[in-house]
Amino acid sequence: MPFYVSPEQSMKDKADYARKAISRIRSGVVIACDAGILFIAPNPSRALRKFSEIYDRIAFAAVGRYNEFEVLRKAGVRYADVTGFQYDRQDVTARGLANYYAQVLGTFFTDSPKPYEVELVVAEVGKTADDDQIYRITFDGSVADERGFVVIGGQADQVAAVLKDQYSDGMTLAEAFTVAIAALGGPVKAEGESGGGRSEITAAQLEVALLDRGRAHRAFRRLTGTRLESLLTEAITGSKTEAITEASAGQDSGENGDGAGDAGDAGTSGTPGGTK
Amino acid sequence: MSADSDGRGLLGPYLSAGTSSFTDFLAAAAPELLPHAVGAAAAASPASGGPAPFARDLPHGTTIVAAQCEGGVVMAGDRRATAGNMISQRDIDKVFRSDEFSGIGFAGVAGVGFELVRLFQVELEHYEKLEGHALSLEGKANRLASFVRGNIGGAMQGLVVVPLFCGYDEDSGAGRIFSYDVAGGFYEEHRFHAIGSGSVFARGALKKLYADGMPVTDTILACMQALYDAADDDSATGGPDVTRRLYPVVATITADGFERLADEAAGEYARTVIEGRMAEPDGPLAPLRTAGTGNGAGNVLPPG
Repeated sequence: MPFYVSPEQSMKDKADYARKAISRIRSGVVIACDAGILFIAPNPSRALRKFSEIYDRIAFAAVGRYNEFEVLRKAGVRYADVTGFQYDRQDVTARGLANYYAQVLGTFFTDSPKPYEVELVVAEVGKTADDDQIYRITFDGSVADERGFVVIGGQADQVAAVLKDQYSDGMTLAEAFTVAIAALGGPVKAEGESGGGRSEITAAQLEVALLDRGRAHRAFRRLTGTRLESLLTEAITGSKTEAITEASAGQDSGENGDGAGDAGDAGTSGTPGGTK
Repeated sequence: MSADSDGRGLLGPYLSAGTSSFTDFLAAAAPELLPHAVGAAAAASPASGGPAPFARDLPHGTTIVAAQCEGGVVMAGDRRATAGNMISQRDIDKVFRSDEFSGIGFAGVAGVGFELVRLFQVELEHYEKLEGHALSLEGKANRLASFVRGNIGGAMQGLVVVPLFCGYDEDSGAGRIFSYDVAGGFYEEHRFHAIGSGSVFARGALKKLYADGMPVTDTILACMQALYDAADDDSATGGPDVTRRLYPVVATITADGFERLADEAAGEYARTVIEGRMAEPDGPLAPLRTAGTGNGAGNVLPPG
């Protein structure tokens, strides 16, 4: 251990470390639609979940090191249940939870020799699409207020660029799913290729969840089985004709972005919100 | 783990690997929120024989009935809360959804009862969210027993609450009923059960009205009759209030989950009961002798 390390250097090293780690993992997408807020990520594991319920209309999404974000998930559930019990259920908000995570991650980033290699999203589905809230919290405790959609982890810039083109307000669940699948599947395969070569995604390789706007009490539910299969079929058959356009778009951003350790933020969104 | 010098309240217990139990977590993170704290403090002072005078004047909730039906269980509770000889509330709810497939009702001090129900609801949901699956029905019943046991200090001071817990068992496809005593013991009941000051009369009524495997509608009617009889003989139990349209809270717990009957539907059942009572004030007459063969095998005729 060196005798003295400047704080700037120490912070920069930690930030680089975390960013590198997060950019190596697969991206996840959180996208708002008319039915609610949809969560999609590749996840071959059936036991280890990236998306979870926190409270009635609030969900948690994370990418990164599993044991680290699992600790944060449990802390969030506890925080929400204590707040809801102490006051009332409607007093538990995504904003409060996002602030809580920001404090926790910020403290870890400063105090800990190794930062948490995680990127989180806290989302709350509103009565209407205008009331939906999506917050992204990064490894250093920065909170960003997002609208419409957000991509976390992996080559988030590239995935977000595709989404930005195709996203529009008021999409149906199937449309949002299709757009997200295309964005997740496209850029990865498109480097150096044109006109397809998309890997066949199966339902077993995906983790999909929805904060259902119309559901009473607990809005969070996982989309599995036949429901997921039919959404996936519709997405794949519906978007085969768009493969060429996407592949060329992916090729462009594939040249600009770098694999690991890029200088920009680890995650980007369609509409840049205030990043603290 | 980071060394959090001042962040102990914020971080410490929340980030531990710890427990999936909400009450155990509160005991570590925020013990002042637990109702047990009250009971423990109260138990420290010597009790002088009966319940403390102040407890008598707190609102008490009364009769709850539960009965197994075809494919589930029905729970019903009256709407009266009494404080001493006064009616403190006419429309109190004493039957609640504890989770998707279970319900809880209580008799005793209303304030403590609500807290117990609320804590229990959060406990069940908390476990499910952390673990990814719900507790078994026995697990839920057992957990509730420890809550009741935890209130024993308060109970000794007169703040008695006793719950009635019912659930739909997905494995067996049947409804199950669990009763509790103040010491935290819990017992599975079969067919039907009632708790509260009017429970003696309600149970007597159900003895004559209840048949195994009745459809949900008949079971609801039987519970309504039982609550009517309880209100008839116990001043602390309220009967259906047709002028204000306040009827017993009725819930069914089946494969479709916990469903509370809408007020209009409950009103229909109440009206059926009342119309019958206009002709026979003591309710449907049970046959004196069992029909069929003389070996007393006990085929109970449906209520006439």
